[in-house]
Amino acid sequence: MKELSLNILDVAKNSVTANASLIKILINETEETLEIKIIDDGCGMDEETVMHVVDPFYTTRTTRSVGLGIPLFKLEAEQTGGSLTVESRSIKEDLENHGTEITALFYKNHIDFIELGDIVSTVTTLISGSPEIDFLFEHKTVNGLVSLDTSQIREVLGADVPLDSPEIILWMTDSLKEEYERIDF
Amino acid sequence: MKSLAELEEIRNRMKSQVVLREDSDAIRIVVGMATCGIAAGARPVLQSFVEAVNEEGLTEKARVSQTGCIGICQYEPVAEVYEAGKEKVTYVKLTPEKAKRIVEEHIKGGKVVAEYTIANS
Ligand SMILES: Nc1ncnc2c1ncn2[C@@H]1O[C@H](COP(=O)(O)OP(=O)(O)OP(=O)(O)O)[C@@H](O)[C@H]1O
Repeated sequence: MKELSLNILDVAKNSVTANASLIKILINETEETLEIKIIDDGCGMDEETVMHVVDPFYTTRTTRSVGLGIPLFKLEAEQTGGSLTVESRSIKEDLENHGTEITALFYKNHIDFIELGDIVSTVTTLISGSPEIDFLFEHKTVNGLVSLDTSQIREVLGADVPLDSPEIILWMTDSLKEEYERIDF
Repeated sequence: MKSLAELEEIRNRMKSQVVLREDSDAIRIVVGMATCGIAAGARPVLQSFVEAVNEEGLTEKARVSQTGCIGICQYEPVAEVYEAGKEKVTYVKLTPEKAKRIVEEHIKGGKVVAEYTIANS
């Protein structure tokens, strides 16, 4: 992908498909590293599916063919000397406590590091595509924190105004952009 | 986050218009947003559709939504336009500029932009 934010969009869409009610996108940046966590409370995966998802060449007779979204993200992390891990608990295993946590670590000074890019568009695209889901976005940098929490926005809007109204999406875009300006990117 | 007071203002302004929005899907523009679509540039295309529908004042007539893989990866970014009583139109190899023109000519003007359809690529 041209930007890591596009990978985030792609991978977070799996959480939508997994019927999550809350999706967290947490980015933690230091001088040298960029860590991306995508955490959901969706249906989760069993161990074998996890194996297959991180390594598309790991197959057993029962696994079906799957996509390339996560393997691609993993490759992009590893080519900077970083890593990608998937932790998941399937709903079949635990009815109460299920979901998936994907952690990708990048080394920013590596020549093959891909920039984060337009993360604001990724966040608003996700929200407008699934207004019924809650999203928590946090981007921590050495200069400060940028965040957006749809549950807070929902509280203000009440039941009458949908989260995907053009006016609300625009407000969220402006809000995030202002915060990024404030912490001086 | 930006001040929530401002958000409250928007809410109050919008509450009066809410009823009109309910049946805003006479036309549906569906953009393919699977790995293949996103890699090919579907995110800015989707944004361009949303912006153009807004700018042209068509939010009551047309709705932009996202879907997974449409199954023709070599033509991504792809969008399909559904309208009741009409045949589905599939637009391929889109750019934000093409999306804007589709909204102006097809969604607003009612005339399919033939040169961007799958039949012509
Ligand atoms: N957060 C998640 N929760 C539950 N299952 C998941 C999650 N993420 C991935 N999966 C499972 O792993 C599969 C592969 O995911 P991957 O992102 O690699 O490809 P994909 O999104 O299915 O396909 P495409 O490449 O066309 O986007 C998914 O189809 C799903 O079954």
